[in-house]
Amino acid sequence: MTTTATLPVPAHAHEAQTAEHSVWATSIRFTLLTTLLFGIAYPLVLTGVAGAVFPHRAAGSLIERNGQVIGSELLAQGFASDKYFHPRPSAAGNGYDATSSGGSNYAQSNAKLVQRMQGDIDKLAAENPGRPVPIDAVTTSGSGLDPDITPDNALFQARRVAKARGLSEEQLKQLISQHTQARTFGLLGEPRVNVLELNLALDQLAK
Amino acid sequence: MSANGWLQFVVYSLVLLLTVKPVGIYLARVLEGQRTWLDPILRPIERLTYRLCGINAEHEMNWRQYAFAMLGFSAVTMLVTYIIERAQAVLPWNPQHLANVGPDLAWNTAASFTTNTNWQFYTGESTMSYLTQMAGLATHNFFSAAVGIVVAIALVRAIKRTQSDTIGNFWVDTTRSLLYILLPGSVLYAMLLVAMGVPQNLHSYTSAHTLEGQTQTIAQGPVASQEAIKMLGTNGGGFFNANSAHPFENPTPLTNFLQILSIFIIPAGLTYTLGRMTGSPGHGWAVFAAMYLLFAAGFGTLYWAEAHPHPLIHGAAQTITASAPGGNMEGKEVRNGIAESALFATITTDASCGAVNGMHDSFTPLGGLIPLTNIMLGEVIFGGVGAGLYGMLIFVVQAVFIAGLMVGRTPEYLGKKIESYDVKMAMLYVLIFPLIILSLTAIFVLMPNVGLGTTNNGGPHGLSEILYAFTSGAGNNGSAFAGLGPNWWYNVTIGWDMLIGRFLMIIPVLALAGNLAQKKSVPPSPGTFPVNTPLFTVLLVGVVLILGALTFFPALSLGPILEHLLLKSGQLF
Repeated sequence: MTTTATLPVPAHAHEAQTAEHSVWATSIRFTLLTTLLFGIAYPLVLTGVAGAVFPHRAAGSLIERNGQVIGSELLAQGFASDKYFHPRPSAAGNGYDATSSGGSNYAQSNAKLVQRMQGDIDKLAAENPGRPVPIDAVTTSGSGLDPDITPDNALFQARRVAKARGLSEEQLKQLISQHTQARTFGLLGEPRVNVLELNLALDQLAK
Repeated sequence: MSANGWLQFVVYSLVLLLTVKPVGIYLARVLEGQRTWLDPILRPIERLTYRLCGINAEHEMNWRQYAFAMLGFSAVTMLVTYIIERAQAVLPWNPQHLANVGPDLAWNTAASFTTNTNWQFYTGESTMSYLTQMAGLATHNFFSAAVGIVVAIALVRAIKRTQSDTIGNFWVDTTRSLLYILLPGSVLYAMLLVAMGVPQNLHSYTSAHTLEGQTQTIAQGPVASQEAIKMLGTNGGGFFNANSAHPFENPTPLTNFLQILSIFIIPAGLTYTLGRMTGSPGHGWAVFAAMYLLFAAGFGTLYWAEAHPHPLIHGAAQTITASAPGGNMEGKEVRNGIAESALFATITTDASCGAVNGMHDSFTPLGGLIPLTNIMLGEVIFGGVGAGLYGMLIFVVQAVFIAGLMVGRTPEYLGKKIESYDVKMAMLYVLIFPLIILSLTAIFVLMPNVGLGTTNNGGPHGLSEILYAFTSGAGNNGSAFAGLGPNWWYNVTIGWDMLIGRFLMIIPVLALAGNLAQKKSVPPSPGTFPVNTPLFTVLLVGVVLILGALTFFPALSLGPILEHLLLKSGQLF
């Protein structure tokens, strides 16, 4: 590479001085440029590409029925009727509020937690005597929107749902086992049942 | 505990181990200014950045100039975030018409994201507009991570250099970290997350008509783009209040695995970078081993504690079976269960990430002790990107110093004599941290209306909530015993807590770097304490544990430990 000979660099002190003088100017220019790149261009380009490649996922995995959004397959929604399987209790807002996610933040030593759990356990135990109540049925999740229950919890509720719908418990057990997701690669996470999908299947069964 | 739970830990460890060398080599190439395979795309952008910002890439900085540039950049980006938050109501991308953020919360949040803490005293989905999330908050996930990396690299470079006044160019190091490490990593990662269910859109919230005829408003937004850099940059600030417990941030066990891997991938890789750049690969692995041992011990304890049933609950199935995770499921998600929640909580507090996939506030007393202790040890167990490495190197200096005292020789570290000034800077770093945490906690505990007024739990756990908040702030972690509610005093004070914990601790690190770079290199002699042996690893672990434990044990014994003993004896609050 050929470069024309440059004059010797002036005093070192001069260079250091200009460097410190320009810190604020450089900071401001660097901030503006990188904010445009990382704060605007990066998320917008991703939004465009994600919407084109994975439209269903990018839009929040919404489930539609008759042109009406009925929920997201990834989020719990409230079910109170005996005819449906119930999700875990929710501390999100007033329950299953998808604009106010969160847990109870009760400590294990908080009397309110023990009262709530024991009260729920006693209620559920009456519904299905002789069987221990699954722990996920009486604990709030971290998000308040946990879409899943354990297979044990689904089986525990099968008797109530069967009675309310006039179906056999055996039919429901089959449905639950069809909708049980195993651990990923047989290794990661825990086996689970998506409540909204199970309830939609239940409505299909009834037709 | 279950065999499957432990197997998940083993598989995680193996996958992490496989990434260390390739990631470490790539990081070293980027930060030493060598060619990478991304040069054809990124080199022109890098050059353009220098031209537009008036950066002379050949100019080398001494440690003061380096620190000044780092502070200038951080101050300007913090101000931009504050302005965006305060004006979001009139700015674009606010489909929910969210109001401007109040001054104390905007201050707290701007300080929080600038310092890589991502402490969140707000519910993201009902407080922050899409523009604020993207351009005010997620940008800091990139910037603060890059600042962490460059400070660590400046220190490593200083160890390598001899009789040099300079330690590198802050702007060049930052630009290269952003463009070659964080940007490509985030783009790839965000697309993977969308494929597995994380939303990425700018729509207004969807109104759903539920099966039982209720209305459910579904908050969403540009989640994946923020989620990727949130984990990769060990930032941890969630798009939603529930953070990675929210199914939109972390929908499956596989996304969960990727998230915990992405917390450690850069910090673990940096240990290899350390070994490679200083020409002592064995030293990098010895540091890795020390970090790994502390990580494994934390996970084992936390998993064991959370797998325990609640002692005062009767009639529930709390033991682990093939089809139910058992244990303490309050605040945890079914898809993660106990093992993945324990793994996440350990990793997020070993590092300075602070994302959560379960609520730490609802952990068992001893389970909650582990995240708190991890942060108190200085987040040097892999740690935040860069911050973990420079934090651990401070402990390495202490360890070498102690070894030198034991044999009565001037301590040396990789050919550099460790002298009075170096040890002073290292001690300054170690002392600032507990000083702010313990004094601020003490002050707030003594203020009944302000300090104790917003705790969510009584008894010793209330103290733990306050102690956790100031620890998480000063440690730049950002996880919380989230029952603690915000008020003006907490917003303002934790804001300072985070800024001091970040910048007042970086300055001694850069001063140490400046001093080490000036020194001559001395050849190793028979009296030199080798820093690439198992003995060194054990000494380093010992120093980390002893310094941390001696400082914080009294406070911990009044919080989680007392709570554990009282709960066992049947005492509730």
